[in-house]
Amino acid sequence: MAEVVPLEVKIRRYNPEVSESAWWDTFHLEVEPTDRLLDALHEVKWRHDGTLALRRSCAHGICGSDAMLINGRNLLACKVLVKDVAPKVTVEPIRGLPVLKDLIVDMEPFFAQYRSVLPYLINDSGEPDRERPQSPEERERYDDTTKCILCAACTTSCPIYWGDEGYVGPAAIVNAHRFIFDSRDESAKDRLRILGEKSGVFRCRTTFNCTEDCPRGIKVTKAIQEVKRAILFERM
Amino acid sequence: MTTTHTYDAVIVGAGGAGLRAALEASNDVRTAVISKLYPTRSHTGAAQGGMCAALANIEEDSPEWHAFDTVKGGDYLVDQPAAEIMANEAVEAVIELEHWGLPFNRTPDGKIDQRRFGGHTRNHGEAPVRRACYAADRTGHMILQTLYQQCIKRDVRFFNEFYVVDLLLSEGRAAGVVAYELATGELHVFRATSVLFATGGYGKMFKISSNAHTLTGDGMSVCYRRGIPLEDMEFFQFHPTGIYKMGILISEAVRGEGGILINHEGERFMERYAPTIKDLAPRDMVSRAIYQEVKEGRGIDGKDYVHLDVRHLDPEVIETKIPDVTEFARIYLGVEPTTDPVPIQPTAHYGMGGIPTDTDSRVVVGEDERVIPGLYAAGETACVSVHGANRLGTNSLLDIIVFGRRGGRHMAGFAAGAGHAPVEAGAEDEAADELQRRLGATGTERIADIRAELQELMTDLAGVVRTAAGLTEAQGKVRALRERYPRATVQDKGKLYNTDLMEAWELGALLDCAETLVAAALARDESRGGHYRDDHQLRDDENWLRHSLAYQDEGGVRLEYKPVKMGPYVPMERKY
Repeated sequence: MAEVVPLEVKIRRYNPEVSESAWWDTFHLEVEPTDRLLDALHEVKWRHDGTLALRRSCAHGICGSDAMLINGRNLLACKVLVKDVAPKVTVEPIRGLPVLKDLIVDMEPFFAQYRSVLPYLINDSGEPDRERPQSPEERERYDDTTKCILCAACTTSCPIYWGDEGYVGPAAIVNAHRFIFDSRDESAKDRLRILGEKSGVFRCRTTFNCTEDCPRGIKVTKAIQEVKRAILFERM
Repeated sequence: MTTTHTYDAVIVGAGGAGLRAALEASNDVRTAVISKLYPTRSHTGAAQGGMCAALANIEEDSPEWHAFDTVKGGDYLVDQPAAEIMANEAVEAVIELEHWGLPFNRTPDGKIDQRRFGGHTRNHGEAPVRRACYAADRTGHMILQTLYQQCIKRDVRFFNEFYVVDLLLSEGRAAGVVAYELATGELHVFRATSVLFATGGYGKMFKISSNAHTLTGDGMSVCYRRGIPLEDMEFFQFHPTGIYKMGILISEAVRGEGGILINHEGERFMERYAPTIKDLAPRDMVSRAIYQEVKEGRGIDGKDYVHLDVRHLDPEVIETKIPDVTEFARIYLGVEPTTDPVPIQPTAHYGMGGIPTDTDSRVVVGEDERVIPGLYAAGETACVSVHGANRLGTNSLLDIIVFGRRGGRHMAGFAAGAGHAPVEAGAEDEAADELQRRLGATGTERIADIRAELQELMTDLAGVVRTAAGLTEAQGKVRALRERYPRATVQDKGKLYNTDLMEAWELGALLDCAETLVAAALARDESRGGHYRDDHQLRDDENWLRHSLAYQDEGGVRLEYKPVKMGPYVPMERKY
């Protein structure tokens, strides 16, 4: 038998079919220290309370489904190991987006902000027969921001975003950055104009929560600073 | 309350195949994409190593060599015309993704960089060739993101977190689907002239698996229950390098970049099994080699795993070309790959089988390949068959792009030229009744227990190495689980985000797929590709150079067969 350790999981619950207000439930589990926190949440759902609602899919940090507020920090439940939080862990939905049920939030506002920054390559100069050339250095320029998995951990850790749902938020800026600094793209100016508006990058107060909470290790604050500078000095 | 929607083309699933089909179909006809997830959560995003195409950016290469490797890699069960189409269209597919912005790694002169991958060779097996186009070790992530970005650009209509539970057929052709909306618990009928299933795989039927929790064979089950057979289900790929006990994938790219497998004695054992291409032999052969090493006592400390070793690689290569998988080892195993070898074991990875299709991704039924007008499938959920008995690494990403596009194009053309098939009032009733039965079930059985038992028995009895005795036992056990399944209680009786109910339905789909896999594997008394029978260790072309078709029948599975479409490549012994 594998070694097991006790884990107390305290979960913020909400279900409008049951109650208008949220409540806390606590579950006492025996789980392996090398289990993911997601495995522990499954243990709750599969053995204790089937009504617990959460999103998850790949279970190894690439699909971006299971961002949650875990012991006060935004993390992916599948990238946290039990041994790193035992004997007690508190799990809540990410902040700043409407909670629909338990750990499930409404992602639509988040994706609407993502869509607002033209998150796709724009190049109207005609398509060559082969690949558009790009040097390794040009490719490296935007490498970091291509890692984004749209989990919303950054955006929902941002105090400005909590206070102002009009703010486009770190994730949208990261995805704009990915194209603004791509040598093949021709619409940096349009994105910089969008991000220069009052809902854009200048709402950022450089608190670094986004960078600390990005499960992909993207230097989010740095990307935001680069976009700010590009707007101020009109250069990429 | 049921809502009815009317579209020309409906695509079920929003991974690579579904999105690529959507980009094609939405150009011409009213198109909707239905996914049980948000599109960017799809498992295409977990693919790591690359997408092969004979660009010849680094060294000489040709689509013909690629087609040959695909056929040989698939142990000659591949339909050769389909493999030729895929290899020929690969170059265009990669260039198109690049034009859409995919951030491929680059050569010093600004071309798409390419690297080696298992089973991909120069001139029919002479040596490994650099054919895999890649974006670090997140190629699938970049493909999924790029396709989704293009869908946003073209304003494709998505129905996110809608779970398709039934296929509507009428007058012998596709008429639409029924979907369960997770957010509300309401049913929706989607009328459509053409329907394409791109719902991914079913690898969650195994305990040690690289697959997402959500890969439960949904689309295949929906079709199977409507009388459509599932082809070549006995062929399932076990990827050699899953993280020990967890099954999380460590990309073949690690070996493509020079990583090697070693046993307890520190021996690079693949030199014995595949003297020419060694650690870059196809996945089925490497997984069997690991099994053999473990069986003969050369697993690490006598246990059921071996080591993947990258300590000799340049740390720069590790950080720039395989950063994500390096991080997996650090997080999940606490192992630092630059200084310590990584414990790995074979993990259930990819189903070669699926809904039978032709090269336009049209669903075809029976030995005479009768087309069901308006019905399509592409990607892992389909069997075209380009992977035959064993898929080569990178060919899945290629498959989804090539056959997603072909399916999308054809379904748009079909929808433009045909009207909707009639759908009668109450088309959703059967699905509604079944959902009610699941919700109303009372008993002491748990969904989680039945699923765990299924996963355990499939890994033990229908895994890397199989026998008639083991498969017979598996058949009895799957049948017993099917009998228990109706008594499994769904605890959540609510309407909002009832993921408990969805998991119950997903388990039903997994049981369907498992029953076909076991039946087809038991019948096929030969060894070929991913299907290895310890009691019939040789390939038997005389009797078994044919595809299986598994139909749902009263009391179980009925098997039929159809011939393999041959081409220029004559089956020969598969050595590397």
